Amino acid sequence: MAIITLDKVRKVYAGGVEAVKGVSIDIADGEFIVLVGPSGCGKSTLLRMVAGLEEISDGEIRIGERVVNRVEPADRDIAMVFQNYALYPHMSVYDNLAYGLRNRGTAKSEIDARVKEAARILEIGDFLDRKPRQLSGGQRQRVAMGRAIVRKPAAFLFDEPLSNLDAKLRVQMRIEIKRLQEALGTTSVYVTHDQLEAMTLAHRLVVLNHGRIEQIGTPLEVYEKPASTFVAGFIGSPAMNIIPVKSKEGRLHLESGEGLDAPDGFGAEKALLGVRPEDLKVDFEGGSSDDALSLSMKVIAVEPVGAESYVHGRMSGVADDVVVRVPAKAEYAAGVSLSLKAPRDRLHIFDAANGQRLNG
Amino acid sequence: MTRLRLLDHIILLVGVLFMVTPVVLAFITSTHDAVTIYRSGLQFTLGDNFLSTYRTVLTEAGGFTKQVDGFVMLKNSLILGLGFSIGKIVISMLAAYAIVYFRFPAASFCFWVIFSTLLLPLEVRILPSYEIVQSLGLVNTYTGLIVPLIASATGTFFFRQFFKSVPEELLEAARIDGAGAWKFFIDILVPLSKTMIAAIFIIMFVYGWNQYLWPTLITSDETFFTLVRGIKQILQVWIGAQIPDYNEAMALAVLAMLPPVIVVVIFQSWFIKGLVESDK
Repeated sequence: MAIITLDKVRKVYAGGVEAVKGVSIDIADGEFIVLVGPSGCGKSTLLRMVAGLEEISDGEIRIGERVVNRVEPADRDIAMVFQNYALYPHMSVYDNLAYGLRNRGTAKSEIDARVKEAARILEIGDFLDRKPRQLSGGQRQRVAMGRAIVRKPAAFLFDEPLSNLDAKLRVQMRIEIKRLQEALGTTSVYVTHDQLEAMTLAHRLVVLNHGRIEQIGTPLEVYEKPASTFVAGFIGSPAMNIIPVKSKEGRLHLESGEGLDAPDGFGAEKALLGVRPEDLKVDFEGGSSDDALSLSMKVIAVEPVGAESYVHGRMSGVADDVVVRVPAKAEYAAGVSLSLKAPRDRLHIFDAANGQRLNG
Repeated sequence: MTRLRLLDHIILLVGVLFMVTPVVLAFITSTHDAVTIYRSGLQFTLGDNFLSTYRTVLTEAGGFTKQVDGFVMLKNSLILGLGFSIGKIVISMLAAYAIVYFRFPAASFCFWVIFSTLLLPLEVRILPSYEIVQSLGLVNTYTGLIVPLIASATGTFFFRQFFKSVPEELLEAARIDGAGAWKFFIDILVPLSKTMIAAIFIIMFVYGWNQYLWPTLITSDETFFTLVRGIKQILQVWIGAQIPDYNEAMALAVLAMLPPVIVVVIFQSWFIKGLVESDK
């Protein structure tokens, strides 16, 4: 158990590529932090710097009270779960779990007790004599987690641990990781590119892009109030619809002429309006109202996903498809014009120049 | 279909006969006495001198100094074969480990220098090598026989390629598990290389066992003679009315073939088992 502090951490590779550009995060004791972002955003590099597998170019990482910039991975009191599990193929499951403890000179009886305990928690007691190759993907994943928990480390580091599993198992293991982390209360840092995994697991999310933090917040905060168009597009599926608007005399105008009040102090000419697919409602009555913005789009396709359907359409002045979430049984023919309503309090306004959020 | 299969078998049988006949002939001939062989050449039926010939070859001291019998030569050959193959494996594994896992200046240059020595067979450097061994006073020692031969570009290359295929995460997991450079090598890398070691051991043992030129140069003392040299020795006795002991030479040749065959048979099964089961 420990707090982990990242203070203006930078990573510059030998070629001059800056993978992490000054990241500061305070991770509380027992907190489950998820680093999320597209590939190449620096999330794995950041995790590996916490683990000690990558050198820290600048800044400071503290685990507990101790600065660990120059501390060997083995001495940082962390345990890591890798994407490909990285189990030792020639060792039995028992030895895989025990190896780290043996290297630390832990007493045999203590090792045995801890391995059995971990095996019990993860329900891998029946496989202790097997080799990793005799296990299924999910079982290997458990062993990899077992290797982390026997150490009773100050922090768990997860590097996309579920990416190699099939969809069903991924959901199951996701729940187990969450349950396990809650039960053990160990500070955890988890890297993923899967926004759903990030949302469901995290106490707090750290959304990274191009080596910078875009936003830190609880999953709902990040979802409800994305700090930038990047976060808005990355968190949530289907992604938030972004509609360009023109700003004139304190009002933001859509191409249709509909408008809304600009945020206080906003003076630029262009802004971006964001609205989530579930906030767009098909408007059967037509006409405008005070508490909702009217929009219209031409249907191009309907995607049924079972519990609901996504209607894709074109809206004049918007480059990408606009997506509306509708009940499963609703049917819309391609080419039909659809009136939509967006509640004003569900709108997100971003600066067109830098993508930053403008409304509170 | 049946006919085609029959044809396949005939082709295979011809191949087998082609390989096996000389060995079988050597064995059959070795069971006759030297005079018979000298008079009527290779024999095609079993003779009645099997026991006496093989006993003579193995236990009776022969050669110029009458100090070396078959068992001594067998021992020498084993020492050379094992020292050669194990030495090569140890040296090339360590070299490959350094090249793959440690960042040191000009690492890849070092590798290519080692690799380019593949182009230089022993014969090219045999005089300087002899000079060095001689000046170190290692002539007529096992050390002199083995050590100059154990640097192996082939082995280093194979192990380098293999180590490069070991996932990076294993090293990282081991680092987090508190394994240092040495522990990682011994605990993780060596066990993972088992099949690779078996494969290289097969090749190198046979190669070392069959060494002829270097042992001839470096050992003048007959007690260091290897089996391969012993065969030659038996045939070099054209003194007066003596005829070479062809039966003994044949017997020695058959004996000299056995250990490499045994090694190949044992390690081949390991090798294949490893190939089938291995996952990294």
